[in-house]
Amino acid sequence: MRLLEVENLKVHFPLASGQSVRAVDGVSFSVDEGASFGIVGESGSGKSTTAQALMRLVDPVEGAMRLGDHNLSGLQGESLRLARKTIQMVFQDPFSSLNPRLRAGQAVREPLDLMGIGTKAEREAKVDEMFAAVGLHPDAKRLFPHQFSGGQRQRLCIARAMVTEPRVVVCDEPVSALDVAIQAQILNLLKGLQRDKKLTYVFISHDLAVVQNICTHVAVMYLGEFVETGPVAEIFANAKHPYTWSLMAAALSPDDRDRDRDRFTVSGEPPSPINPPKGCRFAGRCPFAQNICVTKRPELTKVAGKHRVACHFSETLTPPLAELAAKQRPKNKVTSTPGTPP
Amino acid sequence: MQPILSVRDLIVEVDTGSAVHRVLDGVSLDLYPGKTLGVVGESGCGKSMTALATMGLLPDRFRIAGGSIRLGDEELTTVKPNRLRQLRGNTISMIFQEPMTSLNPLLTVERQIAEVVELHQGKSATEAREIALETLRAVQIPSPEERLAAYPHELSGGMRQRVMIAIALACRPKVIIADEPTTALDVTVQAQIFGLLRDLQCNTDTAIMLITHDLGAVADMADEVAVFYAGKSIETGPVADILDHPAHPYTRGLMSCTPRLRLGAAARLPEAGTLGEIPGMVPPLGRFPKACRFAPRCPLADTRCTTEAPLPVAVGPNQSALCWHAKEEVYV
Repeated sequence: MRLLEVENLKVHFPLASGQSVRAVDGVSFSVDEGASFGIVGESGSGKSTTAQALMRLVDPVEGAMRLGDHNLSGLQGESLRLARKTIQMVFQDPFSSLNPRLRAGQAVREPLDLMGIGTKAEREAKVDEMFAAVGLHPDAKRLFPHQFSGGQRQRLCIARAMVTEPRVVVCDEPVSALDVAIQAQILNLLKGLQRDKKLTYVFISHDLAVVQNICTHVAVMYLGEFVETGPVAEIFANAKHPYTWSLMAAALSPDDRDRDRDRFTVSGEPPSPINPPKGCRFAGRCPFAQNICVTKRPELTKVAGKHRVACHFSETLTPPLAELAAKQRPKNKVTSTPGTPP
Repeated sequence: MQPILSVRDLIVEVDTGSAVHRVLDGVSLDLYPGKTLGVVGESGCGKSMTALATMGLLPDRFRIAGGSIRLGDEELTTVKPNRLRQLRGNTISMIFQEPMTSLNPLLTVERQIAEVVELHQGKSATEAREIALETLRAVQIPSPEERLAAYPHELSGGMRQRVMIAIALACRPKVIIADEPTTALDVTVQAQIFGLLRDLQCNTDTAIMLITHDLGAVADMADEVAVFYAGKSIETGPVADILDHPAHPYTRGLMSCTPRLRLGAAARLPEAGTLGEIPGMVPPLGRFPKACRFAPRCPLADTRCTTEAPLPVAVGPNQSALCWHAKEEVYV
């Protein structure tokens, strides 16, 4: 069942010069109940702004967001506050997202206090239940945030986000500030909680391997737009967008030591979101770009099932990654010379 | 081949006022010309301390309490401060993690690179400018002539890190210590920076110490690996041996909790399920267990591990692990 629906979401930040930073520039997606929707992309792609817009921490200039019966984009004041019972967020940095002067128990109880949920005794019981669920000792309720390690703080943030029994939890890079061993603990915890509480996640990450591990669906975001989206298995088996390929090729694995292999790389960095290119926003860095890419904006187009790609050449390009190319039937190869962006 | 940098039984202590703790406890490493040593481990294991001790940049209250650090023929632990200043930035240089905080926001890119060559090699301002330009070209900064006049805030994160690398390279050092050089960067930029470091190393025979928490980065860059845990180097060896046959339970734990990207047909296979976990966390300074420091988190720990400090065990021709269980586990 469809739980969260976002349509043509745009978040623009005005500049003094009269121009604006087009952080999120028309993204649409829907998330089924119990699914995990991952948004991957590099810094500046707009993935965190999308998360913040869902929480209404920034206001969209255009677009609709619906969560069940709530029209998220239209809520104001008290009704918005109450809607936050059902949608909560876990932030990237567990150091700056906890009030240093609140004891851990208070921090986790605060959402219940603010929303007036339950009696005092019920709230305390709920806090105890959450501490157990995230693997923290009940005695830790008396401690202050600085007395916890990074991983434990993230457990606290997760407990706080889930204490009101939300239906959707937006996780903005919840493990990227953590060491790899702690990252695995937190990912496993998030997966376990999702299973037990039938949660729906919107999961923001720059790490494809993490997204593949925890998500059911994924959107690849570049300069405010989705360039490719679909079920995780389909995207990782059959990615079609050159930007997705570049992210995949750049991901490093401990199992892959073939350093001399000719790795697919893109040069340069994303252009400014103030004046994004007219055509395909990736064209300037794309080794396969042709004239049409500069002049005409590619729309997200269905390639198979729910798999959609925004690339003029998604049907003809051969992936430059051996794992992806292996199962592709040779189609008419692209005739451009790689490495000559317009 | 002779190592260019050789660290032996290094002990670094910190005086907290109430107690003296060993931050590094008998660390030994060798760096060879043209080769990269990957130093991996979680935060708080002593990776960065090893780098800072080598550079003579230990913070207040930290001191080298034993062991030796030899750079070529010189002993760095006893070298005069003046001589250390000559070596630092010239023969041995460092790339820091945060290009934003390690560059001077008030100086242009040209000044920051030129300063190093003027100071160390007595170059004139004109010559230094030429070298700065040349180095910016070497690190593949687009339109380097214009970038010379830029201030750090005018550059992207990737460009700033290239400037950091340019400063580190300007004097053609024999050793570069790169402390998490790509952690703050995006993956496509990381790929560019690693490619750049490899090319430069190829051309100059520089030895690189790459400090990282990412086993993927180790696989991509390192020839040799040292795995750190709680102030000790607990497993060392060639990269292929360590990653294919990790002998220490900590190394194995790190391998199992690293999520792997599965592409192509592998992506359609049923999900591998939960990631491996290392329970608990690195003990804080001053609370390192007496015997094996990993024992409280180790699935193999027995009485011996909690009573007797392990000795290095050779588990391969060039691989050794600090674990009572290392040998028997590898050869079963």
